[in-house]
Amino acid sequence: MEHSTVISHVHRDDEADKLGMWLFIFSELLLFGVLFLTYSVYRYLNPVAFGLAAEELDVVIGTINTVILLLSSLTIAMSITAVQTGRTQHAIIFLGATLFLSLVFMVNKYFEWSGKISHGLYPGSEHLQGLGQGDTLFFGLYYMLTGVHALHMIIGMAIIGFVIYEVKRGKINKGDYAYLENTGLYWHLVDLIWIFLFPLFYLVT
Amino acid sequence: MANLEKKIEGKVEETEDRLEAQGSHHIVPYKSLILVLLSLIVLTILSVAVTSVELGPLTVTIALLLASSKALIVLIYFMHLKFDNIMYTLLLIFTLFAIISIIIITFLDYLFR
Repeated sequence: MEHSTVISHVHRDDEADKLGMWLFIFSELLLFGVLFLTYSVYRYLNPVAFGLAAEELDVVIGTINTVILLLSSLTIAMSITAVQTGRTQHAIIFLGATLFLSLVFMVNKYFEWSGKISHGLYPGSEHLQGLGQGDTLFFGLYYMLTGVHALHMIIGMAIIGFVIYEVKRGKINKGDYAYLENTGLYWHLVDLIWIFLFPLFYLVT
Repeated sequence: MANLEKKIEGKVEETEDRLEAQGSHHIVPYKSLILVLLSLIVLTILSVAVTSVELGPLTVTIALLLASSKALIVLIYFMHLKFDNIMYTLLLIFTLFAIISIIIITFLDYLFR
């Protein structure tokens, strides 16, 4: 066999990448699904205490954070359009905006949490124990759910930072942007979870 | 030999075609994305306004209905379900069915103890 034709095989399958991302998203939905179920059961068992405890949360900060997160979802979706149409500079600006908006969200969250903690509303505090079981459960779930959500945001921010680097470097481009698309899917998932967290903790009193 | 070369050529073309197909996804223009965001913000403001009115047990239902419609908009437009393979939508429906079943079964226990 002196035949020496070389086929440069490209190891790439965007559809499979995307399917893998969706499977991960489904596992995340199950994770948050059971956390929401826990919330629902305890709310059903302690309706009055949950209603009163929810009034402790600031609806204005919650609404501002909701809008910020929705905006960041828009900017990452726009960055995909920008890359698809070859506008790299736009893409970097949009991704930077997403990163900035998520930072603002986290700063808001920080002030919100530290405000609650300084009022003695944190898991295991004496003040909370004095308020009874319902309040303890509400704030336990509040810290658990917003905490896990914030953890997802921190991971997402790190990934977006890496994506910006890859777009700048030209690794993510008009012809190959599956990584960016999947990062977008992840970021929208974070948004999706917040869409349910917001009414359950801030609005329904 | 000629047969083999033909085969290789065919393979190369096939790979090229596939790579090209990978690059030709649906492109959502900026304008439509902004419209999607505006509808999400309107629904957010609506849910804040509705829940500030005293409606009793209806409040939870309305808040969850509004949240679900927001989630649907995000899934369909931002997460591209409308433009992607129907398989993703079917898998999502299956997952949601599983989650809803878990919730219903748990509540069957708590409601009828």
